[in-house]
Amino acid sequence: MEETELLPHLFRTEYRKIVSVLCHLFGIEHIETAEDIVSDTFLAATELWGIKGLPENPVAWLYTVAKNKTKNYLKRDALFAQKLAKDIKYSSDLITELEIDLSPKSIQDSQLAMMFTVCNPCISTEAQIALALSLLCGFGIQEIADAFLTNKEVIYKRISRAKEKLKEAQIRIQQPSQTELDSRLDNVLTTLYLLFNEGYYSRTPETVLREDLCFEAMRLNYLLIENESTNKPQVNALLSLMCFHSSRFEARRNEKGESVLYDDQDTNLWNKELIDKGIYYLNMSSQGKIISKYHLEACIAYWHTHKEDTAKKWEHILQLYNQLLLIEYSPIAALNRTFALAKANGKKMAVAEAEKLELNNNPFYFSLLAYLYAETDPAKALLHYESALLLSVSNADKQVILSNIRKLKEKPFLN
Amino acid sequence: MKDFLLVFRSENRSGKTPPSPEEMQTSMKLWMDWLGGIAAQNKLVDRGNPLEPSGKVLRPNNVVTDGPYSEIKEAIGGYSIVKAASLDEAIELAKGCPVLAVGGNVEVREVLAM
Repeated sequence: MEETELLPHLFRTEYRKIVSVLCHLFGIEHIETAEDIVSDTFLAATELWGIKGLPENPVAWLYTVAKNKTKNYLKRDALFAQKLAKDIKYSSDLITELEIDLSPKSIQDSQLAMMFTVCNPCISTEAQIALALSLLCGFGIQEIADAFLTNKEVIYKRISRAKEKLKEAQIRIQQPSQTELDSRLDNVLTTLYLLFNEGYYSRTPETVLREDLCFEAMRLNYLLIENESTNKPQVNALLSLMCFHSSRFEARRNEKGESVLYDDQDTNLWNKELIDKGIYYLNMSSQGKIISKYHLEACIAYWHTHKEDTAKKWEHILQLYNQLLLIEYSPIAALNRTFALAKANGKKMAVAEAEKLELNNNPFYFSLLAYLYAETDPAKALLHYESALLLSVSNADKQVILSNIRKLKEKPFLN
Repeated sequence: MKDFLLVFRSENRSGKTPPSPEEMQTSMKLWMDWLGGIAAQNKLVDRGNPLEPSGKVLRPNNVVTDGPYSEIKEAIGGYSIVKAASLDEAIELAKGCPVLAVGGNVEVREVLAM
């Protein structure tokens, strides 16, 4: 790798590791100090490597310089040193011998601890995602702003406020004990799930960035699987779900970067390897008694890796949505469940149930009604598509609705 | 929105042959489709549970008898809790309950919040 590519790459992969280890050592209240030290390290690399060329082992170089900078900082800042010394039970004389452990094991433990710190309900989910991207994924403020379709200023404020809140709440950077693990793990999984969805369903036109978000969510999820205490069935189920979804990355956009709907996708472009991984983690997730919503969603996603419209497939999907709704209601699950009902039990039954949903602000609700009425009452279907069009926000959604209206009008009995 | 308890009563199956796995599966689908429909309206509070066909009844002075009595034609088969604006709306939700198709009934009672 050329030096010009290497540094941004290392920034992405190593920044988060060193910051996690230093934060783990210092505590959340010194998070800015940790970030300053690591930024400084990268600045030094930019300057020196440009003049002297690449060191033999760039990663080791970064670790050594970060360690030295930390020690120097502690020596220089007596006040900080005193405070830290108290916090981490090191006397200031010992700073020079202070062990800054950048071994793979320590990095992994620190990143896990950081994940549990960031995914804390005392800060909003939006802020959790932004903070996770910044501290755990090595994303720059601009990239995070692009992902959220907002500006740097907003993200900067969001992150600073989140850090303040973590400090105020005196959240310790540590892995939770076995007893609190389950409840805390739920928060972490929710954030990873949202991070993945942010990438998968985001309206950002930059597909590379969107896929990056998804892969980061998968990488963090994998960290949980690698650690014995967090390798739980629901963690495997969530990774399985992510594998199934991301297997369609290639197929869901054409050469022009436009999105291709599921029904129109070329199944040859589905990533077989990711589908197999999804099946593997789905099997791993069934080793226990828990059936989480991730299990159900992963099973639904599994059935969607079979494109054939069989009665068996839709009956399975319907039952999975029934179960999912019994665990947790969401408008999208209600709509998808009704679609599956139409496929499994017939449109007549589904129409009756759809009319009861009353999701009158949801464009997808009207698209569903239009789909259900398309054969029996095309005029009504058209009205529903028009309501959907009025409510839809994204251009891609509008295009889909317009194309459905065209298809409906092509039918002879309407004109 | 208020909570309503739905109590499902059907033919007393105590002492009769249990349903076959196929019958169980068919029945399960009907129940899940019905409950799923209520949950899709965000009106299911607690899916509740089915009950064993027979149990015991405790009476004053620690007298325990078998119950429900074999001479009683109907037994409680299970319960669910839904939420609705009125008793009438709760009745609407109860329509389509699979117990009705086998000659059973659904008792709908408002839950009084303590």
